[in-house]
Amino acid sequence: MQRIRLRYTKRGRLRFTSHRDFQRAFERALRRAEVPMAYSAGFTPHPKVSYANAAPTGVGSEAEYLEIALTAHRDPLTLRALLDESLPPGLDVLEAVEVHTSGFADQLQASVWQVRLDGVPREEADVAVEKFLAQEHVEVRRMTKNGERAFDARGAVVALETVDGQVADAVTGGAEGTPDRSGAGACAILRLVVRHLTPAVRPDDVLSGLRAAADLAPPVPAAVTRLAQGPLDEVTGTVTDPFGPDRDAATAVPSTTAGLSAAAGVPPARGGTQAGTA
Amino acid sequence: MIMPVESVFPRLEALLPHVQKPIQYVGGELNSTVKDWDSADVRWALMYPDAYEVGLPNQGVMILYEVLNEREGVLAERTYSVWPDLEALMREHGVPQFTVDAHRPVKAFDVFGVSFSTELGYTNLLTALDLSGIPLEARDRGLDDPIVVAGGHAAFNPEPIADFLDCVVVGDGEQAVLEITDVVRAWKAEGRPGGREEALLRLARTGGVYVPRFYDVEYLPDGRISRVVPNTPGVPWRVSKHTVMDLDEWPYPKQPLVPLAETVHERMSVEIFRGCTRGCRFCQAGMITRPVRERSITGIGDMVEKGLNATGFEEVGLLSLSSADHSEIGDIAKGLADRYEEDKIGLSLPSTRVDAFNIDLANELTRNGRRSGLTFAPEGGSERIRKVINKMVSEEDLIRTVATAYGNGWRQVKLYFMCGLPTETDEDVLQIAEMAKRVIQKGREVSGRSDIRCTVSIGGFVPKPHTPFQWAPQLGAEETDARLEKLRDAIREDKKYGRSIGFRYHDGKPGIVEGLLSRGDRRLGQVVRAVYEDGGRFDGWREHFSFERWMRCADKALADEIVDVDWYTTRERTYEEVLPWDHLDSGLDKDWLWEDWQDSLEEVEVEDCRWTPCFDCGVCPAMQTEIQVGPTGKKLLPLTVVNG
Repeated sequence: MQRIRLRYTKRGRLRFTSHRDFQRAFERALRRAEVPMAYSAGFTPHPKVSYANAAPTGVGSEAEYLEIALTAHRDPLTLRALLDESLPPGLDVLEAVEVHTSGFADQLQASVWQVRLDGVPREEADVAVEKFLAQEHVEVRRMTKNGERAFDARGAVVALETVDGQVADAVTGGAEGTPDRSGAGACAILRLVVRHLTPAVRPDDVLSGLRAAADLAPPVPAAVTRLAQGPLDEVTGTVTDPFGPDRDAATAVPSTTAGLSAAAGVPPARGGTQAGTA
Repeated sequence: MIMPVESVFPRLEALLPHVQKPIQYVGGELNSTVKDWDSADVRWALMYPDAYEVGLPNQGVMILYEVLNEREGVLAERTYSVWPDLEALMREHGVPQFTVDAHRPVKAFDVFGVSFSTELGYTNLLTALDLSGIPLEARDRGLDDPIVVAGGHAAFNPEPIADFLDCVVVGDGEQAVLEITDVVRAWKAEGRPGGREEALLRLARTGGVYVPRFYDVEYLPDGRISRVVPNTPGVPWRVSKHTVMDLDEWPYPKQPLVPLAETVHERMSVEIFRGCTRGCRFCQAGMITRPVRERSITGIGDMVEKGLNATGFEEVGLLSLSSADHSEIGDIAKGLADRYEEDKIGLSLPSTRVDAFNIDLANELTRNGRRSGLTFAPEGGSERIRKVINKMVSEEDLIRTVATAYGNGWRQVKLYFMCGLPTETDEDVLQIAEMAKRVIQKGREVSGRSDIRCTVSIGGFVPKPHTPFQWAPQLGAEETDARLEKLRDAIREDKKYGRSIGFRYHDGKPGIVEGLLSRGDRRLGQVVRAVYEDGGRFDGWREHFSFERWMRCADKALADEIVDVDWYTTRERTYEEVLPWDHLDSGLDKDWLWEDWQDSLEEVEVEDCRWTPCFDCGVCPAMQTEIQVGPTGKKLLPLTVVNG
């Protein structure tokens, strides 16, 4: 059995896709692309797909991850292209690597988020960020299935800053939706690195924290995009590529899986190559 | 007035973070079509007047969407009812009713086509018109407002919403939408001579489009209709239904829409035949879609193959009014199960008659992995009442079939019934309990297990236009509920079998509103409008439906009339009465319907004309149609494997 990990996006209007919606769409794309999926045993067999850490509905993402199990060997590059073709524009498959390491979920330690605040002047956002970061704890409340609960939104935040609008546009490439929405008027853009903890601290919670700490109240809903997720470099406070270990393993001493792929006629080194980012 | 046709999406997008399930409003479904606005000279907005999750899988809308978009110079987009949370925001922010394809405002289209499967969608039509900025009453509309066309089964009596419609099409829509397109195109190309009135007149004169404003309804002092008469030269006295012949010529949908949002049917549906002549007297669908026209086994095979490739669905639904009645159903099921064994594609037959079911068929349906429950609809509990409704299924048939099912590993059988049928007594309904007990008894006997189950599902009967029961009195809501409670108690109190029988029922109140609208006339327009203005929406949804609102608004709106809700629902009609839909020709001979109604009261059954000589229901000669059934003798061959 071959395992392949994929990075995909939720861009533009398709950021309103819920995780359940995405799951159904992805499983149908697997069928249309005739991917030789491994199925679970049992009365109603399901294709083996593991999803990691999905972004909330309405939040755009450049960095969602999942892993699939195949019964026959496929070249990750070709598979990426096939699946990308089978999914609607906006749900784009950007990268595929063959799996050589276990415990992928543990690799996803933190996320980089970008938050666009239309109608908020950058200076006002700068002040709020400073006040937020100056505090050790910022308690926020959120409605959960078990009622409202209070938790700290500050501890999980590794980094928080405002960035230049043009820098932001270059990175998200329209993931936030309609381009003309960002056109006129004041607009502050936040970039933040948030550790994945329990309970999860989401960009919403950090916004609640900014309101609690500095009365920052955006007039329209924030447009949120996940830019990356992966291992957290504690020294620099940056998020690194979660596919790194698989790429390294593929180029190092062939593991059992790599040996299998070699036997199937695909050089292990190619199997682990990054499939062109969009 | 020139309206710029811009996407409303930027304005809509700002509202979406605040609503439930925003994905339903963003479009972008696989196989959806967005055409350049200026490339088309006739533009249709098609609506299913219910929530997206119900409307998107609707086959009627999907078929017309494709048929229209395949045409050069024609554009069709879809719109669905928005939930009240978004409706409130759209009103607050001035966002109009939009299509999900290109998010264009509905008001900008030439034709606004609305498909009604049920009368409970009427208030949603008014919401959509109002959100679009189209005047509710047809007479208030101007040259630039879309022509509002209704179709679908509920449009066979459109009189309760006649004030809000410009046109109505009865019957199959495939060819009708193209004919309407041609008329509108010519009228536009000529510079819209004679304005809106002329366009409607041209449509009416085709004989296949009903334009309510060209007909006057006259009433007798006692409230009954005296006559319905054309008020404009050249308009036909009766408007005929449309019938598509040779389904193989119309293999739609070829590319079914695949939504991102979850919907009520997640499968590749193929209509294996249209029409039904079993002759169940309560069944409007069977009466108005005659004659039976089968799609050939090879035509079905092609549609399934292309459709699965285009969608990636994991289930195929073989649709029709009684799917096991297809002359080659066994070969179809086996052929498809063989073809898709590797792909784990399940098959389903949504409507199966007890007497047409057999275990070979059932085994083919479940071969590729799934074994859901079996569902049958005996409709009536006693042999007597089944004769009244002409549902010719004997208790022996049923017991034999369920015995086979339980003996072959099924654990669950669902049975559908109706309450409030003509001549029905408490005893007829209590027989349902006896039938369910015998089902369980037999099931335990053949399976040797005690964990088998049977679910009884029952709803109130609503008399429908164009059926032999169109003259029948409807049972009141309270009487329906009382009868259902007696049945529930009879099931629950049974020590031996009661725990193995599930009981699900719908109370009688929604049925009264459905009955009011089903057999209503133009005087009910003001009731529908009053309910809408009072906040009535999504009447098919229990959580939104308000019986109290409907009754309050009806009392008020009908205060000056001689008629009331009971007059429309629980009153029995006589032979002489002019019915509000008599000028809409479904092909059924009214005298034949009356004779069938009389036969019903005498418990006389009628055979199916597919297997016995014609019994002169009138449809084929009136509509110049004929029965089209197999067998063709062909088989579905294995597909050649093309694999890259």
